[in-house]
Amino acid sequence: MKTYTYTEKKDTRSGFGAGLAELGRTNPNVVALCADLIGSLKMDQFIKENPERFFQVGIAEANMMGIAAGLTIGGKIPFTGTFANFSTGRVYDQIRQSIAYSGKNVKICASHAGLTLGEDGATHQILEDIGLMKMLPGMTVINPCDYNQTKAATIAIAEHDGPVYLRFGRPSVPVFMSEDQKFEIGKAIHLTEGSDVTIVATGHLVWEALEASKALFEKGIKAEVINIHTIKPLDEKAILDSVAKTKCIVTAEEHNYLGGLGESVARVLAENEPTPQEFIATQDTFGESGTPAQLMDKYGLNSSAIINAVEKVMKRK
Amino acid sequence: MSNTQQLEDLVTQVRRDILRMVHKVNSGHPGGSLGCTEFFVALYNEIMETNDSFDMDGIGEDIFFLSNGHISPVYYSVLARAGYFPVDELNTFRIINSRLQGHPTTHEGLPGVRIASGSLGQGMSVALGAAQAKKLNNDNHLVYSLHGDGELQEGQNWEAIMYASGNKVDNIIATIDLNGQQIDGSTDDVLPMGNVKEKFEAFGWTVLEIEEGNNIEAILKGMAEAKSKTGQGKPVCVLLKTVMGNGVDFMMHTHAWHGKAPNDEQLAIGLAQNPETLGDY
Repeated sequence: MKTYTYTEKKDTRSGFGAGLAELGRTNPNVVALCADLIGSLKMDQFIKENPERFFQVGIAEANMMGIAAGLTIGGKIPFTGTFANFSTGRVYDQIRQSIAYSGKNVKICASHAGLTLGEDGATHQILEDIGLMKMLPGMTVINPCDYNQTKAATIAIAEHDGPVYLRFGRPSVPVFMSEDQKFEIGKAIHLTEGSDVTIVATGHLVWEALEASKALFEKGIKAEVINIHTIKPLDEKAILDSVAKTKCIVTAEEHNYLGGLGESVARVLAENEPTPQEFIATQDTFGESGTPAQLMDKYGLNSSAIINAVEKVMKRK
Repeated sequence: MSNTQQLEDLVTQVRRDILRMVHKVNSGHPGGSLGCTEFFVALYNEIMETNDSFDMDGIGEDIFFLSNGHISPVYYSVLARAGYFPVDELNTFRIINSRLQGHPTTHEGLPGVRIASGSLGQGMSVALGAAQAKKLNNDNHLVYSLHGDGELQEGQNWEAIMYASGNKVDNIIATIDLNGQQIDGSTDDVLPMGNVKEKFEAFGWTVLEIEEGNNIEAILKGMAEAKSKTGQGKPVCVLLKTVMGNGVDFMMHTHAWHGKAPNDEQLAIGLAQNPETLGDY
């Protein structure tokens, strides 16, 4: 079995910051906006190198989304930065009308998504953002898994013509994807080959899926782990090809099971190849204060929860 | 350049278009449309410098955003009669498979429209973004926008108004259609606006008032003055005092025709008050 290791932990938001800084050097049309969270979004380097292409809008996210839409008229490629909660729920109608329906080339970059925001608690821990964004016609939804993938995704979305929701997080997590990867929007990445169960994971749960697959291998279970960084458009072929071998699937995400990756996968399976599925996701609940590790454990979003789900779903084949 | 009579003739014809469009589909918003007819005619035929063909990026030309998208009838009529799309297409207003949606959108690719609007309060932010793109592009042309007065009740406007002066966005002229009416009644009854001029001034804007907002000459004079105030480090606001339903006597000075179409008899009266000048579509 192919195994993955890491030598350092980094936050995915720093991957965004590094990608944005690189875009600042390579693409003169890229501009950035922030709603009073420069440090949290790691946008400092871009701003230092391109002060004329940065717009500080203050604590006014609705205005930020509108200004971003307007900046596209004139050929700019705006990247907005704030927490995931304030990037989606707070400004849903602005995104819907001025960006998605208007077909504007805005990149909505959202940090501190999910429970791993930690101690700030449920007011800031959005677990509904993937659902909100994937329901908007024309919106691409991406949730990369580590520093390297987030950096690569940030650079890739500048080349995509259309609105994108890029979701990443706060905590330091293992860096295990290659530094020089080519990021293809909508193209799933097979991390391990397996014939017993498919594990489709996104964001911080990808590493947890790999950890689970190692433990499962020792129990004689061969898991096929798929890193599905793009939730919309979904790589349906990768999912269907895998379940054709494994006949069962576990989906894993740091999001509510309603509206998330799991539901998108379930729809594909229901339409093409009904398959037993277990959902690693929050169960229609708000989060709470705690450390990221405590929260992921309490809400069942780690490798041990994935192992349990695999054992359960394999019995349903 | 047109003379005043030519503009007046266009105003009359646009009024007929508005009435006929909303009558045909028994829906749409004639009141605010009629109140802003003179403004739109002046804007697209005298005030703005625009390129011959439509391009979304609007580089090297003045551009306009309609924030209160429900007054789409006047917008569509003036765009069509300025050559953005065939005048005959006004026949398709609000019918299935049309580019002329109930509220303006870029989604169907209608030339002249650069943003969807309808859900209120969003156009000021968009206009500011476009104005800042012009600055980045070293494009000295202006961004114009129109907003309803009731629309100022949406909080996003005040985020944008604060941002504009704080960032010295001085290549924008935002016009407020100050007709004092909204769906449920007068703005004073629904949610008192207070002194709009003082509010904008307190937020750091240059404010001009056009007392006769349904008078072409007054609009041209006022907007020329507004233009002269751009480029001075402050955003410019024009308070355009209009009469809702202007030009059709039974629709004037009331909110009743905000979103209601005339019946056959009412249409005939309205058209009789505005005899055909440039040819109906």
